[in-house]
Amino acid sequence: MERPIPREYKRPRKIADYPQGPNFSAGHLIDVSSGMRTFRPVIDAAKCVRCLRCFLLCPDGAIDKSGPELEVDYNYCKGCGVCACECKVKAVSMEKEGVGQ
Amino acid sequence: MKTRQFVSGDEAVALGVRLVRPHVIAAYPITPQTIVVERLSDFVEDGSLKAEYLHVESEHSAMAASIGASGVGARTFTATSSQGLLYMAECLHYASGSRLPIVMMNANRAIATPWNIFGDQMDSMSQLSVGWIQLYVEDAQEALDMIIQAYKIAEDPEILTPVMVNLDGFVLTHTYEIVEIPGEEEVNRFLPPFSTSNKMDFDDPKSLCITAGPDWNTEFRYQQHQAILRAADKIYQSDREFGEVFGRKYGGMVEAYRCTDAEVILITLGSVCGTTRLVVDSMRTDGHRVGLLKLRCIRPFPHEEIRQICGQAKAIGVLEKDISFGCEGAVYCDVNSALSQLTTVPQTLNFIAGLGGRNIAKVDIERMFLTLLSSERGQTADHVRFAQLRSE
Amino acid sequence: MAINAKNMTNTEYFYGHKACGGCGGSLAVRLALKVLGPRTYSVVPPNCMSTVGFIFPHMTFFSNAMIAPFAATGAVLSGIEAGARALGVKDFYAVGFAGDGGTADIGIQALSGAIDRGDRIIYICYDNEAYMNTGIQKSGLTPYGTKTTTSPAGVNRSGSTRPKKNMFEIVAAHGIDYAATASVGYPEDYIRKLEKAKSVQGTSYIHILAPCPTGWGFDTSQSIALGKEAVDCGLWYLAEYENGAFLLNRNFSDFRPVSEYLAKQIRFSHLTAGDIEKITILRDAKWDKIRKEWKA
Repeated sequence: MERPIPREYKRPRKIADYPQGPNFSAGHLIDVSSGMRTFRPVIDAAKCVRCLRCFLLCPDGAIDKSGPELEVDYNYCKGCGVCACECKVKAVSMEKEGVGQ
Repeated sequence: MKTRQFVSGDEAVALGVRLVRPHVIAAYPITPQTIVVERLSDFVEDGSLKAEYLHVESEHSAMAASIGASGVGARTFTATSSQGLLYMAECLHYASGSRLPIVMMNANRAIATPWNIFGDQMDSMSQLSVGWIQLYVEDAQEALDMIIQAYKIAEDPEILTPVMVNLDGFVLTHTYEIVEIPGEEEVNRFLPPFSTSNKMDFDDPKSLCITAGPDWNTEFRYQQHQAILRAADKIYQSDREFGEVFGRKYGGMVEAYRCTDAEVILITLGSVCGTTRLVVDSMRTDGHRVGLLKLRCIRPFPHEEIRQICGQAKAIGVLEKDISFGCEGAVYCDVNSALSQLTTVPQTLNFIAGLGGRNIAKVDIERMFLTLLSSERGQTADHVRFAQLRSE
Repeated sequence: MAINAKNMTNTEYFYGHKACGGCGGSLAVRLALKVLGPRTYSVVPPNCMSTVGFIFPHMTFFSNAMIAPFAATGAVLSGIEAGARALGVKDFYAVGFAGDGGTADIGIQALSGAIDRGDRIIYICYDNEAYMNTGIQKSGLTPYGTKTTTSPAGVNRSGSTRPKKNMFEIVAAHGIDYAATASVGYPEDYIRKLEKAKSVQGTSYIHILAPCPTGWGFDTSQSIALGKEAVDCGLWYLAEYENGAFLLNRNFSDFRPVSEYLAKQIRFSHLTAGDIEKITILRDAKWDKIRKEWKA
């Protein structure tokens, strides 16, 4: 899967080591979004026809198409259910978070 | 090639801007700054200045466009006055907080209401806390010279703080004098091209002007405060280097004129310093030990210089063209703060004058010195005086 | 070759942000940045997208981006474009992502100025029909009869009493080089319009309807479906303005019922049959005009 991963940012000990002004490197994640989930999407590869509609419409971009099967980045999926709703072959089901995982 | 021209304060600013070759100029016309932006558009039109000139639709957009341009690493200039400065007020904080080295000329002008297009210092004095370095110039030569120096100070990697160069509206913006205009090569020797890593870049993408919550905010503010304090040294350094390259020096943060043995000193800023110098000379001839302390920079504020130069005097007057309603003049407030750290504090009096363009004549300044000379500690009421009031 | 889901990059340029699940606005930003690519400067005024995107040290824009002062998206875009060009930077896009306020209300002056200057920028308004970031208050883009926190529906009034400001026609009246309306419910159409905007050597404006589960009151999974239904019931239209002429992209012989679209959203739950009829009449009047005056 080719998706950004969160990293640690330690508070600089010296003021001089802070960024110069409220400016920072683009694309620097220290937190995940998984805590927002109540349900998580599960893609049934057997049903999936790789139309990529879920990939296209995920508001968070949490579906990765780089591999042979579509993968959900569970670090950043919020469980909104758009993918399940928009899949035309019902290959995505929403399962309660924490059950059987 | 150096030349000498008979130009107004506004024109001198435009000539200075042409010499520093900004990449982007975004300004909205407002009296009495208009000549600056008009001349700059002439220079862009005739090709003598290769800059992108944006016809922004307001002052808020002028500063916002400057923020955008500076955010990609472009050298940027803007200019305003009075209502325009206030309209862009949130953007002043925005630029300084983001450490963008924008230089802006401000034509000091009264603020409505009442409406008044003439010069006083209410506008810039109401914006002392916004994190901009604030310089005040006395004449057109100093105006041109400080535009050049402003970029050197602002763009210094240890400073990265925007600079406001203040000219008195009309009395300086629209009066004429002979000004020496340096040559390009001299300016290039003094002022290197602008280069910063604090910008949006495709090789090193950035997020600029971001949110810093309670856990992080204080450290960014402290960093910002330290940077503007460091600017004091850079102002002295710049003054020295400018003197070496161009042959003109102004003294850095302040200029003390005949203060060494002065019994009383008048602290003031801007073009009225020229008039005050004449009064000092004539009163000295009459045997009065008076002196002038010209403040050239009030942010950062020269606390130590004021203590050192004024600490031994009997009385200090602060002449300024602004009033913080319900309190006192802004400069007086800061001067008192500086002097309060001394074990023996001179008497201080505040002379509010020149509001709404009222002319400050030599006789007015003479009266201020005489008042200071005759003032007695503890017996002087009314520390804050409207010096030119015409009715009770 | 036109961009579609298959050939679209897998890389994400707006990722890890704290927007609500199902946020239409975040999809609008996400797709735009994938279509525009990494040589893009993004400008976001205070709104949901900037609030969820730049919380130090959690930076969720993966290409260059900055927050603009609230009223100033258009001006900051102009400054970036001029500055980059003056520095000799080539092949770049300057794009703004402003919401209701940043486009139609507090930001309208700077937008107007940018169009007037003809600066080569792309201004995208993600329209969620209220000031969502500050708590669902009424905006200039809030439709007639909407319950918001500053236009509550109660005994005296039925929610907001004014229609949406017609930003699409306002920017068209400036003679803008290219303008379009879009919806997250028609993503391929939006992508096509983004690609058009890329090629414009002047100012372009895209107004995308971006349903907001939190503010509109519907299940997070329905954002795309509602974005489509808004168009299918005629309360939103897909159109373009180019070369001085309006073009309707999608005409309808029959609309889906307005009442069904409205019934799916809590923000309209107070509407009476009379309100719905009024809304339907206003829709029909607008479409009469569109069909008469615009190319289809």
